[in-house]
Amino acid sequence: MNASSPMKEIGRPLVEVRNLVTRFDLKAGLFGHVSGRVHAVENVSFDIFPGETLALVGESGCGKSTVARSIMQLDKPRSGSIRFDGVELLGAPRQVAAKFRRQAQMVFQDPFSSLNPRMTIEQSLIDPMRVHKLGSLETMRARAAELMAKVDLAPELLERYPHAFSGGQRQRICIARALALNPRLIVADEAVASLDVTIQAQVINLLMDLQRDMQIALLFISHDMAVVERIAHRVAVMYLGEIVEIGDRRSVFGNPQHPYTRKLLSTVPIADPTRRPEGRVPMSDEIPSAMRAPDFVPVELPMHQISSTHYVRQVAAG
Amino acid sequence: MIPAKPSLPELPEDVILSVEDLEVSFAVRSRARFRAVRGISFTISRGETVALVGESGSGKSVTAMTIMRLTEYDGAAITGGRVLMRFKDGKVADLAKLSEKRVEALRGAEISIVFQDPMSSLNPVFTVGDQIAEAVVHHQGKTLVQARQIALNTLKLVRVPDAERRLDQYPHQLSGGMRQRVMIAIALACRPSLMILDEPTTALDVTIQAQILDLVRALQQEIGMSVLFITHDMGVVAEVADRVCVMLKGEIVETGTVYDVFAKPQHAYTRALISAVPRLGSMADKDAPEKFPLLVFEPERQLAEAGK
Repeated sequence: MNASSPMKEIGRPLVEVRNLVTRFDLKAGLFGHVSGRVHAVENVSFDIFPGETLALVGESGCGKSTVARSIMQLDKPRSGSIRFDGVELLGAPRQVAAKFRRQAQMVFQDPFSSLNPRMTIEQSLIDPMRVHKLGSLETMRARAAELMAKVDLAPELLERYPHAFSGGQRQRICIARALALNPRLIVADEAVASLDVTIQAQVINLLMDLQRDMQIALLFISHDMAVVERIAHRVAVMYLGEIVEIGDRRSVFGNPQHPYTRKLLSTVPIADPTRRPEGRVPMSDEIPSAMRAPDFVPVELPMHQISSTHYVRQVAAG
Repeated sequence: MIPAKPSLPELPEDVILSVEDLEVSFAVRSRARFRAVRGISFTISRGETVALVGESGSGKSVTAMTIMRLTEYDGAAITGGRVLMRFKDGKVADLAKLSEKRVEALRGAEISIVFQDPMSSLNPVFTVGDQIAEAVVHHQGKTLVQARQIALNTLKLVRVPDAERRLDQYPHQLSGGMRQRVMIAIALACRPSLMILDEPTTALDVTIQAQILDLVRALQQEIGMSVLFITHDMGVVAEVADRVCVMLKGEIVETGTVYDVFAKPQHAYTRALISAVPRLGSMADKDAPEKFPLLVFEPERQLAEAGK
């Protein structure tokens, strides 16, 4: 019904995630027997195309960060498949993993703890290039200055330490560092959640400019549907470790099918005092825990197709 | 509780708090001072919600902390102005001039504050019930049993499900949204006439933020308290505030009812703040993502506007 994503014509997806399962064992007692299990990610599948933004939306604890960390090889998935540019990453030899790490970079939520306070900005920007042995110190320094210009910061600031910068500037530096290796994939894990609204908008605009210029694929993780509507080409809504709705942005926002997607949409503040949700009954329900008994077998409900690009999971009865 | 001197300043009957030409400055070096708040004035009436909006560093939190007389612990001093407050017994006093001992008696009882980060503002080694009861015992001289009953009622008031069980839980057993409810319960326990909420939803998910905003609105209708709501998000302002004060670099640059400020923002900075709020549905008929149509605030233009 909607025009399919323009990225489809490019052909093969850059990232193909299939049936990803990541669980964490909870150990108890003297011998550390498994007393429970957190089903953080259950059977998650999606693609990301070059130059495309896939937004992963959900509340705290829904497993969206674990998906990101699993892709980045920071958490070890239990089963499934993650292919990057056609190459399987799970169980891949070290050379493959090292090559992947050059092409995929991450921007974290908190720009205060993701920059080393004892390194100058220049050292932080050069660090990834140094690890991957890209050229002499002079070329790396020139590259660092280039990166600063890319994120609209003055190259003179390179000699300073992180404490001299505001939150928004630090997040720009983190983005510059992620760009240092010319990545093809950037995973932004709540990268704007801790910023003021004005700064948040600026950083999102910057990410969109960089994506357009460099054809980077972006996995954008967020809990805020209003932000996602701006930046995403496609949206995946996660609830309790599962994707409950996935589709192109227009279709998911224009025709949300899953009750959880509708709930997320209804909670976005409306910047118009004349449309205040006056009658809304104060709720206090929380997202249920994904912690299960060790012998728990998850029930997989089928996905239904809404349009060529839009799928929704069947809602559990009762 | 607060003996009023006969010569004390007067406030219109329905005004709870009146901040007049407040100036706060921090000692930076031996002689230099940084003026964080530069002569701001606003009032809060009974049952009203006033939002103080601005970006990081605008002085909005310093204003809130100064009303609570907490900034002096960070090396700040009130260098000018008055903070008049009407207490529950109808008497009026200047908070800026009270002794520490009397301010101590007011905190929690007449004014209370909820901070941004519920993770670090609760004590991890006491149960939730004990932390709510503490204020009640301290200010109202109730017995522990009475205070516990008040704590339970307050938890129910802030819609904590299963309140009896939560009373004996520790902060680490609660989610971020529940912790913020507990913080609000502590702030409400002594039924203050003014509650200050300093970025209460910034650390929370949007779904939980909506719950907390609904709760604040409902509480106000139920117990008619005044609220000073501090935030950087104009979207949140639109949901809770009756009146808005926009702060920039220690000054209030625009003030008005929430309807006027959103319908006809006068100041360029207010327009810039509103333009940064993501609006759901603004992309409904667009195929590709689009950048925020940001209005860049230029201080030069502001000066020109002020001069005309």
